[in-house]
Amino acid sequence: MADKQLTEQDIVAGLAEIVEEVAGVAQDEVTKEKSFVDDLDIDSLSMVEIAVQAEDKFGVKIPDDELANLKTVGDAVAYVANNS
Amino acid sequence: MSGLLEGKRLLITGVITDASIAFHAAKVAQEQGAQVVLTGFGRIRLVERIAQRLPREAPVVELDVQNTEHLETLADRVGQHVDGLDGVLHSIGYANPETCLGKPFLDAPWSDVGAALEISAYSYASLVKAATPLLTEGASVIGMDFDARVAWPAYNWMGVSKAALESVNRYLARELGPKKIRANLVSAGPVKTMAAKSIPGFEVLEDGWDGRAPLGWNTQDPTPVAKSICAVFSDWLPATTGSMIMVDGGVHATGQ
Repeated sequence: MADKQLTEQDIVAGLAEIVEEVAGVAQDEVTKEKSFVDDLDIDSLSMVEIAVQAEDKFGVKIPDDELANLKTVGDAVAYVANNS
Repeated sequence: MSGLLEGKRLLITGVITDASIAFHAAKVAQEQGAQVVLTGFGRIRLVERIAQRLPREAPVVELDVQNTEHLETLADRVGQHVDGLDGVLHSIGYANPETCLGKPFLDAPWSDVGAALEISAYSYASLVKAATPLLTEGASVIGMDFDARVAWPAYNWMGVSKAALESVNRYLARELGPKKIRANLVSAGPVKTMAAKSIPGFEVLEDGWDGRAPLGWNTQDPTPVAKSICAVFSDWLPATTGSMIMVDGGVHATGQ
């Protein structure tokens, strides 16, 4: 996926698949305004797992310090869009 | 080119992300010719994914050191991947951050302290016992330490657990010596890992380390620690056991 231009929709859908697999959150719950911790109830280790899967899926590198800044799904989408 | 660990079969615990000290130890060990088996705790799928980021993907066997069945079956499960072990790395520790780390020292309840001691110190002995059927003459077992001869800010009951680990290491050296198996600790300076970030007050520990270390110290670089682990795995410290190998830039040798 990293080779072609990703649309925002591709990234949201890809993240939703990962979040469902890692944390059991239904894919349609994963929308840009949602907070990973407050709305989707995702713990810090699950966030790490989501980040690792996102790195593999989108061909980005998400350093730990950056991960701490990705509060919402929208933050993560923007990060992937800007760094893939 | 022949590496320092050519032909060595190693069991490495404690990988959770690619920032883990154990991940870098496994990476350098593979680069030096070793065959590596990892253990994973809890997040096996995550550890398996991280294992794919090694130079050669390593198999992952599940190990919760508080689970007797895991320990009793460990040698059989590891034995499906290697026919013996030349080294084991114990890189496991836990203390409840709500009570045991960075909180008032005297308020920690025994239940949490007991768990910290079991997971961080006793498990070094139980891991070695579980691996014994596979360990060969000349093998090297290594525990990860943070110098517990002094009291640090914030480190609290984890520091007490490391003091226990240091004693466990000395007794392991006595026990394993007749089998020509070495037991040593690598006492590392602070490295920014998942585990370190979960220590409330970690920044107090890392602050000033670089300035105090005669060789300097980079908390972002786990490679010096990984290389030192591999040196202890190698055949080049054949008469060293019961020791703490200080890998801290030299801070242990300095005053202020």
